[in-house]
Amino acid sequence: MRDVAVIGIGMTKFGELWEASYRNLFVEAARAAMLDAGVDRLDSMYIGCMSGGLFVGQEHTGSLMADYLGVAPIPATRVESACASGGTAIRSAFLEVASGMSDIVLAGGVEKMTDVDGGMATYALATAADAEYEGFHGATFPGLYAMIATAHMAKYGTTSEMMASVAVKNHENGSLNPYAQFPGKITIDGVLSSTMVADPLHILDCSPVTDGAAAAILAPVEVAEKLGVPAIVVRGIGMATDTIALHGRKEITHLGAVEVATKKALEMANLSINDIDFAEVHDCFTIAELCVLEAMGVYAPGKAGPASLAGETKRDGKFPINPSGGLKSKGHPVGATGIAQVIELVKQLRGTAENGRQLANAKRGLAQNMGGSGGSSVVTILEA
Amino acid sequence: MAQTLTARVWREQPQRYRMIANRCTRTGKVFFPPRIVAPGNLNAEFEEVQLSGKGKVVTFTIIRVAPTPYADLAPYALAVIETEEGVRLTAQVSDLPIEQVKIGMSVDFEFRRLFEDNEASVIYYGYKAVPA
Repeated sequence: MRDVAVIGIGMTKFGELWEASYRNLFVEAARAAMLDAGVDRLDSMYIGCMSGGLFVGQEHTGSLMADYLGVAPIPATRVESACASGGTAIRSAFLEVASGMSDIVLAGGVEKMTDVDGGMATYALATAADAEYEGFHGATFPGLYAMIATAHMAKYGTTSEMMASVAVKNHENGSLNPYAQFPGKITIDGVLSSTMVADPLHILDCSPVTDGAAAAILAPVEVAEKLGVPAIVVRGIGMATDTIALHGRKEITHLGAVEVATKKALEMANLSINDIDFAEVHDCFTIAELCVLEAMGVYAPGKAGPASLAGETKRDGKFPINPSGGLKSKGHPVGATGIAQVIELVKQLRGTAENGRQLANAKRGLAQNMGGSGGSSVVTILEA
Repeated sequence: MAQTLTARVWREQPQRYRMIANRCTRTGKVFFPPRIVAPGNLNAEFEEVQLSGKGKVVTFTIIRVAPTPYADLAPYALAVIETEEGVRLTAQVSDLPIEQVKIGMSVDFEFRRLFEDNEASVIYYGYKAVPA
């Protein structure tokens, strides 16, 4: 396999973007990534999107986006792994470049979520769970992660304050991100007094419904050198799956797909988790960030909550987590999220993170993207 | 949100109405809903198992913001329940004040009306858990 680098990045602002359509969101991000890389052609592209069908009634996304970006007749494929669709697009693009089949491949992601009402958005997201045996009985995504939280609290003594500290930290980081949907800072008391969505998760424990798109250009390392752009090298990438239903897992609080995907990515990179300087992780809910850190081996089971409350995951902490603001503050356009995580890694590794949220020591970063209640996960390790 | 064609409804009726599971003839492991291939060994021979309808709450939540089909029912308790046979499933816990649902509580499953799809004029039935 050839060594692969990320040579260009671009994204839209994340938010409730009433003026922007599904296709225009993607095209804006893809164009920005191509301009950033300095390329005027693509060999192929993969587009992560969870549900064009339910959110905007549009499938056949590959053809639509190739057409409107003006790059037809190149091959273009939509890839889907629920909220891990973006990470899956990165993996598909990586494989195509590494194999030697193509040189310049775009990995993008897009979701247009605000063209439907809240009930429909909740329903559409719930299709990332087992539609016949979870969604059918009234499970929602906040509900599934709430059941993980209930179990985590009972087993390890994790508290609502510990979970809230994740949201507070991510909003503090997001307040410095010009692309963030909710850059406002919040407090632990503010989280705890916000409306309950699914006990014990308050609305400020949850990531929002968001419109947005993001894109990255992958190419062989020597192409980056030829173009004179910084080569941020893909050191490792791993994907894994787990049971679609939360109830299918022997250990409700353990995200097995995250553990396996992390191990695969680290093995490929020949690194250990201690060699990673910072990470963007899938904080779709505050409890998710804690469970992900435990599944990745950053903390022992039950220890991520106290560590978060103690500030270890802040930008100046021992292991900075979600310097972008995470899904929580930056926003969570589900198909675009995995790409936006990679974009934050690239910015940090280039040393170009905006507004003083640049980390002091950022040589190696890890992005962890997750589908459903942990039914799939993609982990990508990048190095400057 | 018409998710309904007749076949899609009746296909699931044995497990939804009568809690029919199945058991891998090779390992003895019980699956709900019934599977056609046993994980790990590709065995396709199963025998039918009728779940006893008794279980214990593994974890739970109170859903306060519900998806469209359940909007009128919120708030409601939702739980992962482990049955006597060792299978786990997701179900609503009914017939008690929602704040009384606890991890470890014993429940029985009952046949209940779940929700209505007005567009397709279909009423969905299935199991709910109630205090044992």
